Amino acid sequence: MLSVNNISVGYKGLLAVQDVSLRIDRGEIVSLVGSNGAGKSTIVKTIAGLLHPEKGEILFEDVAIHKMLPYEIVKKRISMIPEGRRLFGRLSVLDNLVLGAYALNSQKEAETMMERVFNIFPILRERKGQRADTFSGGEQQQLAIARGLMSHPSLLMLDEPSLGLGPKLVSEIFNVVKDINSNGVTVLLVEQNVHEALQISHRAYVLQTGRVVLEGGGEDLLKSDLVRQAYLGI
Amino acid sequence: MGIPFQDGEQNKMNKAICLDVKGMTKWFGGLAANQDIDFFIKEGEIVSIIGPNGAGKSTLFNCITGFYKPNGGKVSFFGKDIYRMRADKICKLGIARTFQVVQVISDMTVLENVLTGALLRFDRIGPATEKALEVLAFTGLIEKKSFLGTELTISDKKRLEVSMALATQPRLLMLDESMAGLTPVELREIIELITKIREQGTTLVIVEHVMEAVMQISDRVIVLNSGRKIMEGVPKEVCASPEVIQAYLGDKYRVVC
Amino acid sequence: MIGLAVLVLLLVFPLVVTQIFPLQIMILVFMYAMLGVAWNIMGGYAGMFSFGQAAFFGIGAYTSSYLLTAFHVNPWIGLIAGGVVAAMVAAAIGYPCSNLRGHYFAIASIAFAEIVRVHFNNWTLVNAAEGISLPMLDESFTNFMFHTSKVPYYYVALAFLILALVVCRFVATSKMGYYFRAIKESHDVAEVLGVNVVRYRLIAIMISAFLSAMAGTFYAQYVLYIDPESVMLLAVSVQIVLLSMLGGAGSVMGPVIGAAVLIPIAEVTRVWLGSRGTGLDMLIYGFMITIISMYQPQGVWGFLSRTGNKIK
Repeated sequence: MLSVNNISVGYKGLLAVQDVSLRIDRGEIVSLVGSNGAGKSTIVKTIAGLLHPEKGEILFEDVAIHKMLPYEIVKKRISMIPEGRRLFGRLSVLDNLVLGAYALNSQKEAETMMERVFNIFPILRERKGQRADTFSGGEQQQLAIARGLMSHPSLLMLDEPSLGLGPKLVSEIFNVVKDINSNGVTVLLVEQNVHEALQISHRAYVLQTGRVVLEGGGEDLLKSDLVRQAYLGI
Repeated sequence: MGIPFQDGEQNKMNKAICLDVKGMTKWFGGLAANQDIDFFIKEGEIVSIIGPNGAGKSTLFNCITGFYKPNGGKVSFFGKDIYRMRADKICKLGIARTFQVVQVISDMTVLENVLTGALLRFDRIGPATEKALEVLAFTGLIEKKSFLGTELTISDKKRLEVSMALATQPRLLMLDESMAGLTPVELREIIELITKIREQGTTLVIVEHVMEAVMQISDRVIVLNSGRKIMEGVPKEVCASPEVIQAYLGDKYRVVC
Repeated sequence: MIGLAVLVLLLVFPLVVTQIFPLQIMILVFMYAMLGVAWNIMGGYAGMFSFGQAAFFGIGAYTSSYLLTAFHVNPWIGLIAGGVVAAMVAAAIGYPCSNLRGHYFAIASIAFAEIVRVHFNNWTLVNAAEGISLPMLDESFTNFMFHTSKVPYYYVALAFLILALVVCRFVATSKMGYYFRAIKESHDVAEVLGVNVVRYRLIAIMISAFLSAMAGTFYAQYVLYIDPESVMLLAVSVQIVLLSMLGGAGSVMGPVIGAAVLIPIAEVTRVWLGSRGTGLDMLIYGFMITIISMYQPQGVWGFLSRTGNKIK
């Protein structure tokens, strides 16, 4: 579905990503794991069109998207949930969701999607008039994911969804991701919570200083020595 | 697996009370962000404060360190009343803290950032710079001393923030989610740093979500939920409490304890 | 080394170039550079973007001129008095504004400056809108007045500028300078490092006001006539901010470069194009500011010091 071919991306004068290739097949959950500064966020931002690769190409359903602008990529049904949530704090839950549906073609589609996200996150339905920045971190994360879902994506990219959340909430969020995936949305997950991420992923890529150093099935990587030593602290 | 005290139980009882908080209350409009919170910290301890988002942990920090004006309660630091004292005065007395969203001075170098902290205790640039270099060596950032604030990765920024706080030579260091987003290797490094800081004689209070770290290093754990303290105890006790599991830890953590 | 060479050049300039017009331009450059350096201490370093420096400039000019005309107080004493009055006014207005940041502070500074101007426009004690004409005293250094040639004014202006630069450099390399920069980043960061934010903001404003007032007294003694429309104009304040930003806020020499570039352009366009020229200089400023903001937000000085570092 998505194939990233040999991209190199610069960021603030440095080459943050070097010669990275990865692929995501329809229906999968794929994770990118690695340390701070490894380049995971950079890759996701590049796919989303916020950054452009200096070399290489990105194909989505065989169409080259690496030169497109972000809003064009959203129109292609690729949705990104950025690191740190980045909600529109002063706007209500409802307004945030409506803005998430900006790229949709019809009012009807937007209403359908809103019903769907309220079903996944009932607390948002209860508090839809409330200002986004008055919610706690975990609730904000739910709103961020809901907003991302509003554009009816076929590929959903999540950048560090578990950041700053307590253990119970982290489990809940990952369960939501699994549910969303089982309803037909392909997921690309960037996470530093390596254990949880690998547990739910079909496949994963490990990044170090801008390059892919390991790839494989989620369960397999959990058992690999490299991952265990470097990332699971065992 | 806790870090063993070098003192025996008897000595522990004789340690001074570093921070004493009684009845801390803070309202935001109709919402009680902190309600009647009591606890004390003994000198030399590492105490963690845990709880769900919105439980009032950062609010508590802000009320103690002078960034919010609480509505009620008492706070004393080594016996001195600091309730509603101005933030910079509290820093001078010896309480330093970091922020949940990391704050460093972006157009200064790493060294200059720490120097600014050191200037609290030294009036002249020369001795303050020496102190700053000392701190940077201690926290492991010395190699990057000429990097600009903007050029650092998130984990280095957090390390810088801790360095800046240490440069003010605090007796109590309060860390607000310093471990968010760190990989296990980075986590190990910061745990080592925290241990070193305690060995130097500084008391530590940390707000954290990373339970592996909390369980490993804390002498005691305080749990907040919806603005109230719901439990306090050694890590094992807190971990096993059904109320805490319900509110915050979730079932998975029964295994970790 | 370059600095020394430039200083020598500046010192011999009036001996070599004897036409009045370039001399007048240089005097204005020095004066505006001094105002820029003064602004920089509170704006570029401490982050308080004031668009009201003209108020302090005017207060300085008016204090010394009023004392001279009404009480025959020597202008040099009037100079210090003007600085003190301006600093006190700065403290009085700075204290209630000490929580304002960014845009709000800028708006408050404009309001303050305009209130001062309107007040002086109506204040009969200082001749309201008619302004004050300074008496023609005998030419002498003690009297701070020179009639036969503008050259002594040139050297006084240069000396004042150097004084301002010395003060600024002292501030920048001292504890105060680091604390100002911390305050500029955020009040939280400064407070958490033990900085008394209110106190340091006041210090910055007061130093800035004192130096601006000194420039005001110089202007009065140079032009020998002041009125609110010439010394307290918002346009003057804006010009000061523009040249500091262009040259590089947050660096000691930035405003000097800004003044050296913008003031000659302003004067030359004003004279050569007559009344049709008014506005052309602003057009050129606007263009230059736009270019600088887009490509070199740290101003000309920022660009020069980075290139200088690369050459090293």
